[in-house]
Amino acid sequence: MELVLAISVGVVFGSGIWLILRPRTFQLITGLMLMSYAVNLFIFAMGRLWVGKPPITPTPDVDPSLFADPLPQGLVLTAIVIGFATTALYLVMMIGARGLSGSDHVDGEEPRQ
Amino acid sequence: MNSLHWSQHLLVVPVLLPLIVGALLIPVNQKRYVLKFSLGLASCVMLWAVAVALLLMADGGHWPAGIGVYLAANWVAPFGIALVVDRLTALMLVLTATIALAVLVFSARRWDRVGVSFHSLFQFMLMGLNGAFLTNDLFNLFVFFEVMLAASYGLVLHGYNLRRIQAGMQYIAINLAASLLFLIGVSLIYAATGTLNLADLSGRVASLGPQDAWLLQIGATVLALAFLTKGAMWPLGFWLPTTYASASAPVGAMLVLMTKVGVYALLRVWLALFGEGAGALGQFGFFALTLGGMATLLFGAIGMWASQDGGRMAGFGAVISSGTLLAVIGHSGSGVLASGLYYLLGSTLAMAAFMLLIELIERIRPPGAALLAITMEAFAIEDKPEDPVGVGIPGTLAFLGLSFAACALVIAGMPPLAGFVAKFSLFHALLAAAPGPVPATTWLLMGLMVAGGLAAIISLMRLGVRTFWAAGVTMPRLQFTEAISIGSLVMLCVLLTMQAGSVFDYLNRATEGLLRSKDYTQRVLGEPPVQRVPGAELRP
Repeated sequence: MELVLAISVGVVFGSGIWLILRPRTFQLITGLMLMSYAVNLFIFAMGRLWVGKPPITPTPDVDPSLFADPLPQGLVLTAIVIGFATTALYLVMMIGARGLSGSDHVDGEEPRQ
Repeated sequence: MNSLHWSQHLLVVPVLLPLIVGALLIPVNQKRYVLKFSLGLASCVMLWAVAVALLLMADGGHWPAGIGVYLAANWVAPFGIALVVDRLTALMLVLTATIALAVLVFSARRWDRVGVSFHSLFQFMLMGLNGAFLTNDLFNLFVFFEVMLAASYGLVLHGYNLRRIQAGMQYIAINLAASLLFLIGVSLIYAATGTLNLADLSGRVASLGPQDAWLLQIGATVLALAFLTKGAMWPLGFWLPTTYASASAPVGAMLVLMTKVGVYALLRVWLALFGEGAGALGQFGFFALTLGGMATLLFGAIGMWASQDGGRMAGFGAVISSGTLLAVIGHSGSGVLASGLYYLLGSTLAMAAFMLLIELIERIRPPGAALLAITMEAFAIEDKPEDPVGVGIPGTLAFLGLSFAACALVIAGMPPLAGFVAKFSLFHALLAAAPGPVPATTWLLMGLMVAGGLAAIISLMRLGVRTFWAAGVTMPRLQFTEAISIGSLVMLCVLLTMQAGSVFDYLNRATEGLLRSKDYTQRVLGEPPVQRVPGAELRP
């Protein structure tokens, strides 16, 4: 399972890197979103991979090894929300740039031929 | 203990106050700018007062070891988020509040009216800055960084025009990517150590197994990439000059402060992780910081030399100052660090004043009102703010010239102002810190600092001559508020020079405390939560 997760995180992040190096804003934002998904998965995995273990302990006196680490899950939740907000902000900015410059190039102008 | 002493709650005020004020300002109509401005100003004044109170408390023996701890929501330290104030934090809070006050006063008559939500964004930015200074938790640091950045995205675009959009697009994209690196770094550190509380981390680093230590080093390096992107280390800082040059003057001045947050966070995290008590991992990465800082200095100096307009010059000036600070952190012996912090104070104040000044200097040149025209169209503001013409204060040209000269002297590090004192003490500390023969890197660093100063003075002089002594200089008209905010920042630089002795005493105490990371571990982890006695509320 670790291998599958590692490969998928790598593939998604790598695609994201390729996309943010492209010249159009749409590619850029898609790349950033892919990268943020990959990072979220990565944070999740940093709490170690467990199957079938709940993250929340019902009573104080339990064996902690029976439960998943809840903290990375909390971190992922926060990271998703923040990533969502900043992506939305960037989208607004992209639309503004498109309207003002008439181009969807990341430099705000078409490259000279 | 049934409740906290009220003074303990001051620690959380620098975060809560701007949040509340900023939120309150959102529904207020843009046309009621006097009300908006007054609320924002009141918040800044209160922030300043609180920051000064915290500084006095941190330095006055109010807390053991000069470290105040506030457990957010009363959770015990490694589990909940702790806010920590020590002498350095308090100093940064005061610096932030001072610059914010000056910037807000500066923007009173013009900039807060050219777009919507200037004041709210400004308050949120202050919240992020203050939070980043106060927090003791890595993930919470990420959250405050994002708050600060999100507000800065809006502010960089403030006064919406094509140039700002072009610069803002790159600025935002780079910072979004850097935030992802931040997250990767934080989660790797968590995977290695099982905690994100800085004080707890610094206690655990020495006892890590080799596997985890390896993971921690990778995590810290990735995290450092995120900080260094904000702190504009070469080659991560290419975004900076363009963004500075295109941002509006008040925003540019706040960006100067934001760059310093990256450096501050790096200093904090690095001293906690790899400072005293890190065992085998001690001193990891410090040399790389020195080299990176020197490369940044070189880049800044060349860029400064090559740039023509004031905004870009200010940007490269910020790069030079970041480079110097990073190299100093790399050398962080106590004496060197104190001089570095003094340099930080002087250069931040002078750069902020310079950013504001540039806009006024532009007015001497033939007016290019294109910017405002676009803004007005985009936002359809009905009552136009009066043009940048105000009362023609007599001697404005002399005022501008003198302020420009003062800023240039501090930025370049020429006598007699604070920049020179800072550089001189840095050289002294660098030479004194080396046991035995002075290593070649130290000589190289000092050479680069001199070269950076030389490049700065040459290009600033070129700008000054071209602006003030050019033919056909129009008599600029200043607002009183603009003059007073720049004047007070410049006066602060002068004051900093005159009071260098007592400032250095304070900074020495601050750095000595900073280097004793065990104190932090003890203070933060030992802070008792408030115990609620059952039924205590019912008692009369």
